[in-house]
Amino acid sequence: MRNNDLTIAVLSGKGGTGKTLVSVNLAALLPDSTYIDCDVEEPDGHLFFKPVFGTSVPVMVKTPQVDENRCTGCHACVDFCKFNALALIGSTLMVFNEICHSCGGCVLVCPRKALSEKERMVGFVREGISRGVQVVTGTMNIGESSGVPIIEAELRIKEKNINNLTFIDCPPGSACLVRKSIQEADYCLLVAEPTVFGAHNLAMVYALVSSLHKRFSLVLNKCLGGEENPSEVFAIEHQIPIVGRIPFDSELGLLNSEAKVVVWESEKYRQLFSSILTTVLREAHHEATGNS
Amino acid sequence: MRIAIPVEDISVEGKVCPSFGRAPYFYLYDTEDGHTLFLQNSAAESQGGAGIKAAQLLVDNQVAVVLAPRCGENSAKVLHSANMHIYKTVSSGVSENLALFAQGKLALLDKFHAGFLGHAE
Repeated sequence: MRNNDLTIAVLSGKGGTGKTLVSVNLAALLPDSTYIDCDVEEPDGHLFFKPVFGTSVPVMVKTPQVDENRCTGCHACVDFCKFNALALIGSTLMVFNEICHSCGGCVLVCPRKALSEKERMVGFVREGISRGVQVVTGTMNIGESSGVPIIEAELRIKEKNINNLTFIDCPPGSACLVRKSIQEADYCLLVAEPTVFGAHNLAMVYALVSSLHKRFSLVLNKCLGGEENPSEVFAIEHQIPIVGRIPFDSELGLLNSEAKVVVWESEKYRQLFSSILTTVLREAHHEATGNS
Repeated sequence: MRIAIPVEDISVEGKVCPSFGRAPYFYLYDTEDGHTLFLQNSAAESQGGAGIKAAQLLVDNQVAVVLAPRCGENSAKVLHSANMHIYKTVSSGVSENLALFAQGKLALLDKFHAGFLGHAE
């Protein structure tokens, strides 16, 4: 089967659903795959892979600074900033770094050229190898409000790779960070729990991937035999392909809680995840062919 | 001296708004000439940074004193940089708080909450 250069984003509407379990173990099945942890607020995929990381690469953003000798207090920058990151008292410009989106617009609109940009570090990205799997992880500095620049830096590393299968472990939810993480993905894999709350969160990511016209399928996690699964009901109603069912299993939970890569520990789980991977790749390639 | 109060409605009988940055209006009262004004808060509908923009509006309107039930850290930074004093309102009545302020019975607001930006996802 052709795996070349396919990027699969794994996402769910809430935390603790199994994004990391699924993305780590699918990536671990192939010796030359890439795993990118985009959950920059609390990256944990590296705890499973335990790679030897190379040098941390800082992620910088630009924020404006003012030359008070040039500023006439005209307000043009304050009025321009749609994020309200600037305030002007007399000719003293206050910059709220955590609100600034580094668009650079204030520098452009200043008629006196009183503004310039300076760089500020908001986090860092690390790369390492674990049994052939390239592991990329990004970490946001404490106190920062947006992880988007860090996710962008991680995805730039991906752009340098060709001919490999990449899994993106997304942040929880369906907001900006998730949108950024799946933006360039070829395919999305949703993960959902068998609860009413799980189905509600599935509906949110379903709305997100549909609005972005992504192709996707679903893995049902923590499946209980014989009981109705609200996420499965939602999937059937919305014709979402189900590519795998992971049981609610204390052995699996224990291995995972010990930060073990379950497909490396047990033949049973290797078969389970291999079957999911085969189905996902078939779905992804089948639909890709169908659309072209 | 101009006093500003975040309010819910265009009415002196109206209520003090619990939010500073997202109050629909500010009631402005000038202690020297008794002039009053309801200022529409252009920051109320902002996606983020509403407190900063609302504070800038009061700076631009030469306000010296703010009476509010609470206020965020970012708004307070802007207001304090413009040498404004922020006093804590004790009830929802606009005129009642103005009267108490005139009698020196309102205390300075000394606790400022962290912003809500990014916490509403």
